[in-house]
Amino acid sequence: MTTAISSPPPVPLRVLDLRIGARRRLREGVVRTAITAAAATSILISTLIVVSLVGNAIAFLRDVEPSALLADGWFPRRDMFSIPTIVAGTLVVSAVAMLIATPLGLGAAIYLSEYASNRSRKILKPILEVLAAIPSVVLGYFALTVISTQVVGRINPDVSIFNLAAAGIAVGILITPLIASVAEDALHAVPNALREASYGLGARRLATSLRVVVPAAVSGIVAALILGMSRAIGETMIVAIAAGATGGSLFTLNPFDPGMTMTAAMTSLATGSDQVRGATLAFPSLFFVGLLLFGITLVLNFISEAFVRRVRERY
Amino acid sequence: MAGAIQAPQAVRAPSPTSAAVEAALRAGRRDWAGLVAATLLLLTLLTSLAILFVLLADVFGRALPVFAERGFDILTTPLSARPTQAGVAQGLFGSIVLTIFVVVLALPIGILAAVYLEEYAGDNAFARFVNTNIRNLAGVPAIVYGLLGLAVFVTALGAGRSLLAGGLTLAILVLPIVVITTAEALRAVPLTIREAAFGVGATRSEVVTSHVLPYALPGILTGTVLTLARAFGETAPLIMVGAITGVFRTAPGSILESLEGPFTALPTIVFAWSREVKDEFRALTAAAIIVLLVVILTVNAAAVLLRNRYDRRW
Repeated sequence: MTTAISSPPPVPLRVLDLRIGARRRLREGVVRTAITAAAATSILISTLIVVSLVGNAIAFLRDVEPSALLADGWFPRRDMFSIPTIVAGTLVVSAVAMLIATPLGLGAAIYLSEYASNRSRKILKPILEVLAAIPSVVLGYFALTVISTQVVGRINPDVSIFNLAAAGIAVGILITPLIASVAEDALHAVPNALREASYGLGARRLATSLRVVVPAAVSGIVAALILGMSRAIGETMIVAIAAGATGGSLFTLNPFDPGMTMTAAMTSLATGSDQVRGATLAFPSLFFVGLLLFGITLVLNFISEAFVRRVRERY
Repeated sequence: MAGAIQAPQAVRAPSPTSAAVEAALRAGRRDWAGLVAATLLLLTLLTSLAILFVLLADVFGRALPVFAERGFDILTTPLSARPTQAGVAQGLFGSIVLTIFVVVLALPIGILAAVYLEEYAGDNAFARFVNTNIRNLAGVPAIVYGLLGLAVFVTALGAGRSLLAGGLTLAILVLPIVVITTAEALRAVPLTIREAAFGVGATRSEVVTSHVLPYALPGILTGTVLTLARAFGETAPLIMVGAITGVFRTAPGSILESLEGPFTALPTIVFAWSREVKDEFRALTAAAIIVLLVVILTVNAAAVLLRNRYDRRW
């Protein structure tokens, strides 16, 4: 269409000229392969987890006496692998943790999302971020030195320094920032139009928050709680330090008793208190408990994801 | 689906909203209930603050005498059964080597995987599968990764209870978190930036290396630095792969040899000492915690500064 005026006649640009050169194309191919391989490592990791857990767990189930799985307590050195004992311990710790973390986490989330001004948000939010950065071993130590003596010891003076309640409270502190941050995201995702509509009808802030925003974000809030629960169940170091019962434990549902969770049973098998190499079944039993833990947390995470997706679909 | 009009909630007879509005309109002039509620909500946050304060004050108070008495001597002395001589030198060395493993292995693989998911994959079945898989991996308890390390690296691959096995395990543990945070940073780069680069004839990899990654770098760095801080405090997987919780002597030798020998890490020492019966160990544990917290909180602060400095709204 264009007519050339200048003296050297322009070479018309062909589509072929836009094609990238062979070297660049080769480079593209190499990069794509490398990047896809990196993405595929995650599948390799999952496969390795499942294979290593399932293989050893099957070996354990094959060799263990079925009655040992329902013994009076968890004493691997005496071949007593009572699964109800460690599941009960885990449930007690998680229940205490949720009792602490639900009000603290949700309260913080609602305050930050609905009440705090931008300035106070900037000051208050880092509290949760610093709390989230504290490693769980440190909270385990805190559970033993402060929570157990100053809090649990005051509620029930004849309790041993090692008890499930102290561990549970510390786990609750650990998961509070997680619950707060996921719940706050959910509250934040609620469109402002809903709040404005509520204010427009004359509702005050409290009514707007609790009757409009929270119900609208309820899926995300439930997801936050389930995620917190899942983290509490998998939490290891706090219980290993503060719940006591390093060698084994009898079945208990009393939070003031020392007890054993699934995770604590695993660390105590792995450290000196129960030589892994000693009892033949102790080593594979680790993997059986691990598989159980893996299964429980996986199911909880799936449920939580499903709830989060519901929030995303609505807004 | 997106265009579907949702039935207004108010259609259901006495909706909670209208009830709330009615109650609010009937209430007295001053909103006492609202004030109490606001105070209670603020109180939950302040409780967290108080817990944090008590924790730091308690640990600091216990650790102070140790530092006053021994200076920073505990940073350079090895483990010992005698609390007056024990130090965290081996743990510090172990933790640094483990962090290097994470940096060298998990960061590049994680960033590449995120680039695949965000820049290359589009919406195919494989990418969806990888995505779900990574989200699930991020929720797997740390101790389960320890079991993976124990079964695969320690036993099957014959690395033994060593820094090598521990480092590989930690790298695998943080990989999903690196992918998720990096993908988030990549997603924040606007599409127009990519379109501009494609428009002048750049190939996909050129778009990524010349445009997307530089713009996403601050976000990626913040995320990965926070991940490193988390890895630094991770204990359970190291215990599963056999980090020493007792006392051991580091044999003099090259760094390479020390990768295969017995090892410990800073948080593992905190765990081991907090279970010691002797009272002096309580103070010593607090001192080790201070060392651990100084590292972790410094790294966190650096990440936050980085975020504030380079935070960019498109």
